Amino acid sequence: MPHLSTYVGLADHSENTLATSFRAVAEGHAQVADVHHTCLLLAGWSEEHRRALAPAVERYGEDRDIDEPERLHAAGLAETRAGEVGLLRDLQDLHVLATLVQTTWTVIAQGAQGLRDTELLQVAEDCNAETSRQLSWLNTRMKEAAPQALIVSP
Amino acid sequence: MPAHAQGRCGHPEGVAAHDGDTASYDRIRDVWGPRTPHARGTAWPERVDVHLESGLSEGDVERWVPSACVLCSNGCGCDIAVKDGRMVGVRGRADDAVNRGRLGPKGLYGSTPWASSTDRLTRPLVREGGRLVETDWDTALGRVVATSRRLLEEQGPLSHGFYTSGQLFLEEYYLQAVIGKAGLGTPHMDGNTRLCTATAAAALKESFGADGQPACHDDVEHCDALFLYGHNTAETQTVLWARILDRTRGADAPRLVCVDPRRTAVAEEARRTGGVHLAPRVGTNVALVNALTRELLEHGWVDGDYVGAHTVGYDDLAATVAAYPPEEAERICGVPADDVRRAARIFGESEAVLSTVLQGFYQSHQATAASVAVNNLHLLRGMIGRPGAGILQMNGQPTAQNNRECGADGDLTGFRNWDNPAHVRELAEQWNVDPMTIPHWAPPTHAMQIFAHAETGSIGLLWISATNPAVSMPESARIRRILGGDQCFVVVQDLFRTETAELADVVLPAAGWGEKTGTFTNADRTVHLSEQAVEPPGEARSDLQILLAYADAMGFTDRDGAPLVRWRTPEEVFDAWRESTCGRPVDYTGLSYDLLRRRSGVRWPVNDRHPEGSDRLYADAVFPTDTDVCETFGHDLVTGGTVTELEHRARAPGGRAFLKAAPYLPPHEEPSEDFPLRYTTGRTVHQFHTRTKTGRARRLDEAAPDAWVELSAADAEARDVHDGDWVRVDSPRGAIEVRARIGPVLEGAVFAPFHYGRWDPTDLAADAGHRQANELTMTVWDPVSKQPTFKTAACQVTRVRGRDRGGS
Repeated sequence: MPHLSTYVGLADHSENTLATSFRAVAEGHAQVADVHHTCLLLAGWSEEHRRALAPAVERYGEDRDIDEPERLHAAGLAETRAGEVGLLRDLQDLHVLATLVQTTWTVIAQGAQGLRDTELLQVAEDCNAETSRQLSWLNTRMKEAAPQALIVSP
Repeated sequence: MPAHAQGRCGHPEGVAAHDGDTASYDRIRDVWGPRTPHARGTAWPERVDVHLESGLSEGDVERWVPSACVLCSNGCGCDIAVKDGRMVGVRGRADDAVNRGRLGPKGLYGSTPWASSTDRLTRPLVREGGRLVETDWDTALGRVVATSRRLLEEQGPLSHGFYTSGQLFLEEYYLQAVIGKAGLGTPHMDGNTRLCTATAAAALKESFGADGQPACHDDVEHCDALFLYGHNTAETQTVLWARILDRTRGADAPRLVCVDPRRTAVAEEARRTGGVHLAPRVGTNVALVNALTRELLEHGWVDGDYVGAHTVGYDDLAATVAAYPPEEAERICGVPADDVRRAARIFGESEAVLSTVLQGFYQSHQATAASVAVNNLHLLRGMIGRPGAGILQMNGQPTAQNNRECGADGDLTGFRNWDNPAHVRELAEQWNVDPMTIPHWAPPTHAMQIFAHAETGSIGLLWISATNPAVSMPESARIRRILGGDQCFVVVQDLFRTETAELADVVLPAAGWGEKTGTFTNADRTVHLSEQAVEPPGEARSDLQILLAYADAMGFTDRDGAPLVRWRTPEEVFDAWRESTCGRPVDYTGLSYDLLRRRSGVRWPVNDRHPEGSDRLYADAVFPTDTDVCETFGHDLVTGGTVTELEHRARAPGGRAFLKAAPYLPPHEEPSEDFPLRYTTGRTVHQFHTRTKTGRARRLDEAAPDAWVELSAADAEARDVHDGDWVRVDSPRGAIEVRARIGPVLEGAVFAPFHYGRWDPTDLAADAGHRQANELTMTVWDPVSKQPTFKTAACQVTRVRGRDRGGS
């Protein structure tokens, strides 16, 4: 199942990228209290997803011979931006990363169903649901931040 | 069991607690006054409390002017005594449903002395060369209007922010909402209600679809169990506590369960009635309530028919709380597992449970999740909307409810949903403005975010009315920097030169309670009319007049070019507000000044169906959760992410309440090696807020003249601290130096009252600059209610020196 292992690797890797990026935004915008604390919390969720996936990595292996997430990472949140518009852009980047994570879980869930791997299916569905909550928060926070950042921010 | 007559006077338990110049009855010492015990299901007897200035008796009073007390959130009906054009005292109204004649010590001693205080603001002030100097209204208001116009032209309405209060009148909030939302079009409006009641509103909205208190205070008379969650009623709502004591000391008394990390009078009464005192570690409420919920499910203390017919979300709730057996609560909260079991059994086996919730939940970690859990417990047992069985998500201030209703805070007028275009259109039609004028692209900005925008200068005009954020907001040093800086023009409207006024660019002298007419609504939906008793001092004007003058000068118009604000009197504004509530849960359509003059206190909704008002909501178990009706589509209780309209519709709530739960998360700041103790702030019975009024009442000031911190005997001994010693309390953000009290606070916790700022009525407090509790608190807030967390921070206590000679 070479391609399932590719996707297991992609999930593990993209969750790691998302977790690291959430932590980067938490530190980069530490003065924005809710962003700081929520990003730390959500980074923890992604790290937990990797732990939940670990048995599948054992079972199917993890094919790291892929380059999509690295490209995203390189172009994404190695470092954060400053100011209100900067925060908006950083949240938007997190949203892009989380979308990649979510579609990855969707694909894995499809594979797990085909293989009748109920354990992996459960992991994929649970993680997918939490990724939705990460996306929901990002969307909410961007909507809140946008008007002031676009119109009045110095 | 004797039934008690309800005559105005002369019934057997009637007690006149009069306090004239002889100080015959000292309510500083006897806070709750004489008992009038009575049996379950019987009416609460009357007891008329009176206080007049020294040397006066009731015969000297020229006029009694009807009002209600504004020195806590209870809203007790009272009459203001007037003599020679001055307010000289107060008397409780025996016919008022809220208090049956009683008043608390703050109401008795603090209601009127401030009004004739010599340091009242009587003329406007403007900043000249760094100093505030007196000027006339044209000059002061002219500067505000010029700044406002310039910012509107250069940056648009998002440059304007308004930070109001929980102490204005309904008419003032409504006018403020119209000016802000339809005149200017700024989403940046909030009140200090964010600090005290935002979670009450949020919890009600998440569970029931809209704000609105399900129960009323009368339920005290009918319950057989009373749960008080983080609500030190004995100090914060003394008349309600007197009402509770009259039940616990009477026949067929209810059992009390108290959730509080301090062994308060409420906790003592819980033990005395055979109930339970649960003392969770600060910041762990959610683990405790999850365990209580799990116990109900485990023992089948659930009304399955009610849950099935009237709620959604049971399975998710059950899955979340499954992880919290009593032993897990013991591990996280430090509460013995058997106490959790006993408390849950009382909830599960009583026939009518009344729950009240306040700051111990609202200002603590995971505020909304913990408060929603209380709603869940009642929904699971179907205990809503009948006598004795209900929920009181309390408020911290007398008029906080009106700020939420009118939408001068982070709500949309009339409990409307900012995310529902039809609701926005209704308002736009009533105000005759383009719906696009009314900011509704995101939730209205919460207070902490408003101050963050003021910090960067992207809000260039911040207008603060009737509140003192320099003392009451978290992380005081930061707030002072924001208000004192040049990046934002600050207008302050108040009775006195508060710590906040001292930092303003323009200070406007306001008329206070008794010096203006208006209505207000307490936490159990009781609306009172407070009539003007005397003229304000000097050039002081009512907040309504000030806002009208600003609106006139700005020339706000509707879409036909007619003036947006056409009202002149409080009653005209009230009538406009009344119209805006038509068809909403907060229905005032049957209320008028006329009705409020005939009846002392009427509970909304008042409409064709309920012409006399409504004691309870949801007796029919139909909740305002329908997607087209609700005030909010809801939130993720952990992240604060908003539920979309589509997601809400998919759950098809259709009048059923939501059961929602969240797992426990550790507080944002846990004790460490440098800061090993948990810091929590709170209130004391003889002071209100930042003491602007109570500090100017001699007897209250003498009773509680200065700040302190309370620590446990073990923590004191470990630091060689004795009662009365001066100590320094440090957190990662600041430090205070105050006297220590060894008290019944949990080991590992430190309690500090938040009332005390730099200002002092005697100017004698040498420590006045070093005693402000919020120097130590964190800038962090609940993800849903956005209420700042005042109850969880880490700190250290160090002894500085011994007690003052002659004691404190």
